[in-house]
Amino acid sequence: MPNAHQRAVPEAVLKVENLTRQVSSPEGPLTIVHDVSLEIGSGESVAIVGASGAGKSTLLALLAGLDTPTSGRVWLAGQDLTALTEDGRARLRARRVGFVFQSFHLIPALTALENVLLPLELAGSPGARAAASTALDRVGLAARIGHYPRQLSGGEQQRVALARAFVTEPAVLFADEPTGNLDSATGARIVDLMFEMNAHSATTLVLVTHESALAARCDRILHMDGGRLVAGA
Amino acid sequence: MRQLLHALMLALRFLGREWRAGELGVLLLALTTAVAALTGVGLLVERIGEAMEQQASQVLAADISLRSTRDLSTDYFTESRRRGLSAARVETLLSVVFQGDESQLADVEAVTPGYPLRGTVLVADQPFAAGTPASGIPGHGEAWPSSKLLATLGGQLGSVLSIGAGRFRVTRVLISRPDQGANLADLAPALILNAADLPATQLIQPGSRVTYSGLFAGQTAAVRGFKDWLLLHKRSDERLRDVSDATPQLSNAVDRAGRFLMLAGLVSVLLCSIAVAMAARQHVRRHLDAVALLKTLGASRAFTLQVSLLQLLLVALLAATLGSLVGFLAQEWLLRAVRGLMNLTSLPPAGPQPVVAGFVAALAVLAGFALPPLLQLAQVPPLRVLRRDLGPPPPLAWLAAGPALIVVVALVYWAVRDPRLAAQFIVGLGLYLGVLGLAGRALVALCGRLRGGVGLAWRYGIANLSRRRTDSMVQIAAFGTGLMVLLLLGVVRADLEHDWRASLPPDAPNYFFVNIPPDQREQFAQALTGQGARLNRMLPMLRGRLVAIDGRAVESLHFHSAQGDGFASREQNVTWADRLGADNQLVAGRWWSQADRGKPLVSLSTEFQQSLGVKLGDRMSFDIGGESFTATVASIRKVKWDSFQPNFFVVFAPGVLDGAAGTWLTSAYFHPRSAHAMAELAHRFPSVSIFNVDDLLSQVRAVIDKALLAVRSVFIFTLFAGLTVLLAAVQASREERRFESAMLRTLGAGRRTVWAGVLTEFLALGGLSGLLASVAAVAAGAFIAGHVLQLPWSFDPWVLALGIGGGALLVAASGWLATRGVVNQPPMLTLRR
Repeated sequence: MPNAHQRAVPEAVLKVENLTRQVSSPEGPLTIVHDVSLEIGSGESVAIVGASGAGKSTLLALLAGLDTPTSGRVWLAGQDLTALTEDGRARLRARRVGFVFQSFHLIPALTALENVLLPLELAGSPGARAAASTALDRVGLAARIGHYPRQLSGGEQQRVALARAFVTEPAVLFADEPTGNLDSATGARIVDLMFEMNAHSATTLVLVTHESALAARCDRILHMDGGRLVAGA
Repeated sequence: MRQLLHALMLALRFLGREWRAGELGVLLLALTTAVAALTGVGLLVERIGEAMEQQASQVLAADISLRSTRDLSTDYFTESRRRGLSAARVETLLSVVFQGDESQLADVEAVTPGYPLRGTVLVADQPFAAGTPASGIPGHGEAWPSSKLLATLGGQLGSVLSIGAGRFRVTRVLISRPDQGANLADLAPALILNAADLPATQLIQPGSRVTYSGLFAGQTAAVRGFKDWLLLHKRSDERLRDVSDATPQLSNAVDRAGRFLMLAGLVSVLLCSIAVAMAARQHVRRHLDAVALLKTLGASRAFTLQVSLLQLLLVALLAATLGSLVGFLAQEWLLRAVRGLMNLTSLPPAGPQPVVAGFVAALAVLAGFALPPLLQLAQVPPLRVLRRDLGPPPPLAWLAAGPALIVVVALVYWAVRDPRLAAQFIVGLGLYLGVLGLAGRALVALCGRLRGGVGLAWRYGIANLSRRRTDSMVQIAAFGTGLMVLLLLGVVRADLEHDWRASLPPDAPNYFFVNIPPDQREQFAQALTGQGARLNRMLPMLRGRLVAIDGRAVESLHFHSAQGDGFASREQNVTWADRLGADNQLVAGRWWSQADRGKPLVSLSTEFQQSLGVKLGDRMSFDIGGESFTATVASIRKVKWDSFQPNFFVVFAPGVLDGAAGTWLTSAYFHPRSAHAMAELAHRFPSVSIFNVDDLLSQVRAVIDKALLAVRSVFIFTLFAGLTVLLAAVQASREERRFESAMLRTLGAGRRTVWAGVLTEFLALGGLSGLLASVAAVAAGAFIAGHVLQLPWSFDPWVLALGIGGGALLVAASGWLATRGVVNQPPMLTLRR
């Protein structure tokens, strides 16, 4: 079945049909994402914006296969995420997906180089070390590859996270408030770097942000309100 | 394979980082202490146990002895040599010994070089003098008569004694030999000579009553192996004895010490499990983010599980190695430190078994208590990278409790080796934890209600308790269990120590007098009292043989134990008495009254009754001095054999045995004014056999001292293990406290307020745990004293005070130590993390 859909939308790297996510709460079922359908083409950059609690991060998690929908379907790089097991989704992420988070999420036990190496090693890629060094070089941290996260500034940590996200040359990069923990100058540098790398590797960029300036740099803006996509789909 | 290697590298890196951040310290300390306690206690118990067995084997003069009325096969001695054991032979026979015109029936013991294999023979230059250890055995043509024998014969050093056709010069006076206490009533005054001289006496003729003994001793494992071999190869009429059936006094002491140490071993296992469960929980909490991230980046559940398991395995191996080493060094140091105090010349070397057991038990405890949370860790959803509040799904009840339960059952059984006691312990533990959990929940809820009426610091502290309800319950359970076992150890140890000391007071009888003729009874008592002796009860002693039970001849009956066969086939010493001794406790039936005088009633000891399988109302027929007596079983007595008072398996009602011939027996505590006075006493009452049991008493005391040492040492190990558990528990809430303290201080709370809050929380936690623990300890102490150790028990209110006060202080102090760095840290540092 996924192949049939792949043929149907050859250009779309992400396709979403009637996506709904409900959670249980003391007051009864709560719908966080409500009947969302959209398509994102290869190489496109898309910003998901909306107020706090609008369901942006939940949609991002569903698109990346970190969470499973209550109903509806998601195709990522031609694969139906809803038909895959957790391990199957993890394998797909290892090959096709990169992440950048607001709080960086570097593993404190590992050096900058080791953090960048991690997804390559998990995917079993050959020549991992050289690729990781190159990625760090591209984000301007060649001199700090042996440093641990706690020895790096916030901006530097996010650059390591960017290197980690791009090192596998993913089809899609998901970014959750990538500048949320950074001052505006550092944030701007990170955003420049992200778009530069996006252009360089033709990666699809899906980011969640509060910042209108950052959203404006994207090809398309998706507005969310009360779990619904109100504009941009 | 490549993936495994990758997982291993990652596990090592994670561990390295934890080590550098100081987060591994508590886990490693808890596990290491637990393994150290386990290994240390195991080694200590094994080595002291072996030392105690060796001490006890002195009573046999060997580790095992084989006795027969026929000469022993040389095969036994060849086999024992092959197994590296040392061996000696003793041939014993009754013979009249002459010195000039004087004569006396004596127990002649012909010994071969090497005798005694355990313990020492004490000799002196004159009768009844203080003895010094003899070197070797009598030379050719020499004899060492006992004080009593030489005094009765009126001889001295250099006298020549005639035994059968041989003549022997007295070169030493025998004061004591290790195996003399084995069977008091059978002993006539003894004399030792060299076995090579026995043929010259021509005493061994067809039909002579000779007892042949083979003595064997060596390394424990070799002795056990040889014992098994002997059991297969010995003839049925050859009697094998080892420490377990040496004198009942020593058996009791060894048995009680064994039971207590076994109990203490269990406690260490329990503490070990608590520490591991808490450490594993902490480990899981710390790794939630890393595992979620690994999954986000594409790691499979199996891979994340591999990484976690490898980390735990590495920690386990490190802790087990360190723990075994610390345990070994601690027990080695402890034993060396007390060796001088205990007059110990050498302790058996440590074997590898406790170390192996320590490793295996550590891994088992980890598998039971750390594996379930680790399996849970692998279930963390990757979504946690976006939503920090997400954790693993709640564990399935069987998965959370199942492995732990299996491991607890296996470990408890391994420590106790008694299914009934193990089951009792586990049921007790289950009930205790259930009650503790409910009580903890109730108390925490109560605290939550009270917090409105107290000041800020108190409110903060108490609020913490009730807000972390589950955590508080777990901590109350952990503190409570730790405190409970410590209190319980204290309660039981005090009971045990008191009972042991009381059973052997300094004035326990040190002389036994046997074969007192009925017509000399009064004069003998007067003569003894004249020497300042404190005389105990004097009991008649008659030799009798059990011939029938309920009219059926014993030869036609089948008994299930060797002891039963022995009681049915050998002559017994029986007595009659009108009063029940204080060291006898009736367990069935009733003691006779004045009205029962002359009625054919008999009272049996539990050993006699159980091994023969008789019950109240059965009719027992005895042949006593050629006369037949049949009596009905009127009562069953539990006899405290270690009281050093004369006691009998079979006691008749007064007036029944009036017609039978017998002698009297008594024991007394006294120190004769001089060796000469005792020699005179022996000369004046030549038929009375005198046994000085000072040596046996000191052997028993030495055994008890070793047992007490073991108990105290185990107590120290357990105490330390308990404190580490407390530390681990406090450490578990460190991160949360760090944040709260920073927040409070940012909001304007002074350091003192924060401290007061933290201390309030720990004081309340410790007090509540202490209250529950002391109640549980009192209940468990009563059960253990009554059912396991068979000791009288009394309630001690101090246990409650100590539990509540000690618990509060201990937990508050541990909490202060563990959270010191957290509260003192500048708030900015914490909030920036």
